Amino acid sequence: MTRLFAWGALLTGIVFFLLPLYGMTEFSLRMRRGVYSLDAYRAVLVDPQFQATFGYSVVMALFTIAFGILLVVPTAYWVRLKMPELRPVVEFITLLPLVIPAIVIVFGYIRLYNTSSWLPLTGSAMGTNILLMFGYATLALPYMYRAVDTGLRTIDVGTLTEAAQSLGAGWGTILSRIILPNVLGAVLSGAFLTFAIVIGEFTMAALLNRPAFGPYMQILGANRAYEPSALAVIAFAITWACMGLIQLVTRFSKHERAKA
Amino acid sequence: MAKPVTLSQHLPLRWLGVLPFFAFAVLFLILPTLYIVIGAFRTPQGDFTLDNIIGLNTPTIRNAYWISVKISFWSALLGCVIGFAMAAAITVGNTAKGLRNPLMTFSGVASNFAGVPLAFAFIATVGPAGIITLYLRTEFGINLRAYGWNLLSAWGLTVTYLFFQIPLMILIITPALDGLKREWREAAAILGATGPQYWRMVGFPILLPSILGTMALLFANAFGAVATAIALTGPSLNIAPILLFAQIRGDVLGSPNLGYALAFGMIVITGLANALYIWLRARSERWLK
Repeated sequence: MTRLFAWGALLTGIVFFLLPLYGMTEFSLRMRRGVYSLDAYRAVLVDPQFQATFGYSVVMALFTIAFGILLVVPTAYWVRLKMPELRPVVEFITLLPLVIPAIVIVFGYIRLYNTSSWLPLTGSAMGTNILLMFGYATLALPYMYRAVDTGLRTIDVGTLTEAAQSLGAGWGTILSRIILPNVLGAVLSGAFLTFAIVIGEFTMAALLNRPAFGPYMQILGANRAYEPSALAVIAFAITWACMGLIQLVTRFSKHERAKA
Repeated sequence: MAKPVTLSQHLPLRWLGVLPFFAFAVLFLILPTLYIVIGAFRTPQGDFTLDNIIGLNTPTIRNAYWISVKISFWSALLGCVIGFAMAAAITVGNTAKGLRNPLMTFSGVASNFAGVPLAFAFIATVGPAGIITLYLRTEFGINLRAYGWNLLSAWGLTVTYLFFQIPLMILIITPALDGLKREWREAAAILGATGPQYWRMVGFPILLPSILGTMALLFANAFGAVATAIALTGPSLNIAPILLFAQIRGDVLGSPNLGYALAFGMIVITGLANALYIWLRARSERWLK
């Protein structure tokens, strides 16, 4: 009875998960009448709009990751080393982006940083790009901070710092050559998750009017039949790759620690 | 932790280390949110007023919130029930332990596979011209539409959201299920409890705060989602995030401050759901550590 129920639940769930994946793959191969073909993928890949928006989102993701690491690693390190009393406050702030919907945050950006404000970021394309990058960094903050903080927990921050200091290292050296290499696995996990979030993000990019991959997909979806399915397959593959890389990195860094 | 004695021990320098983080948080997280919250209680001239909040009580806006709440509630409830059953099957069920790793990995992927592409996947499958829809019609003569199925509706959106809600539930509840100690089950069995009795009187009450807490989290998760809804239904479905999206784009409500109030209402709802989650999680940690 219990067994039957367990298998029933599992099978229902698995069918529910597999059907849309099957549906989008099958649909994406049907562009040419009567035979399976990769025409939809070809149509997407040669579209200059696809190349431009995808490239834009990749670059935005890389900048977001770089900024996120620069912001989160020193902060998490400093809080652990010198200001443990601040931990609850910092943790609370990093969880806020999960509470406040992204659409509300970007709404605030548009009103706070418009052309007639004290910091008119939306006045120029470059300024808006920077604002969007900060927005993405905000969205990724909960994941990035938790990943790095978990990584820092596994090393003895205090001893490492004292050892480095007694050898004459400054703060920059300690962070870049002692702390960062030690939490690299955690940082990379956060980075890949950030990439997965940024690459298909729609709301912020659309409302800030930036030519990103998310809004491009939405417009294509409203106008074409087969290409959207091809995009869905590509997006799913990217998400899968990011999660796979996270698992790989986690396993690899555990292995390294075991050897040491 | 021993503290190295350097000049930077003095208080102002110590705070310098967290200054960039707090500057970032204030400028790009807290101030923008506060701006919206304050705007919700202001007239265009800048005086304090409650008119914007009262102004939310129109049929359109009330309806938008209500449909959003319904979609979020049902997708959270179904996500919880199905996700819990699947997580139980791979942990305590002794049934399919071999499926555990694949399912956990897949859940990690699927819980992040949201937004526009998710809508495409469902349109291709059970949309008006989707693979399954056409297959059922041509092979079995079943017209899903005649049975009331419409993907581009509140129920369609609920089913679509389940694709990331169920995996999220699996990811959160599996560790909780692992926390159920074998000794509790054995103790119950020694005292003569049957399997269902153990679940009803021991296992389930211990897990209940975790389950309800996760449900609150799933609710907030669905409530703030914009991209999937827009890609699935366009601007036609009247739910709170889509209404807010249209308001930001083109002031469809005809009053910027009413727009702030609409956004403020969303913060209140997701905030309450998250507060419930945190409170229930703290309760669940009493037993499951």
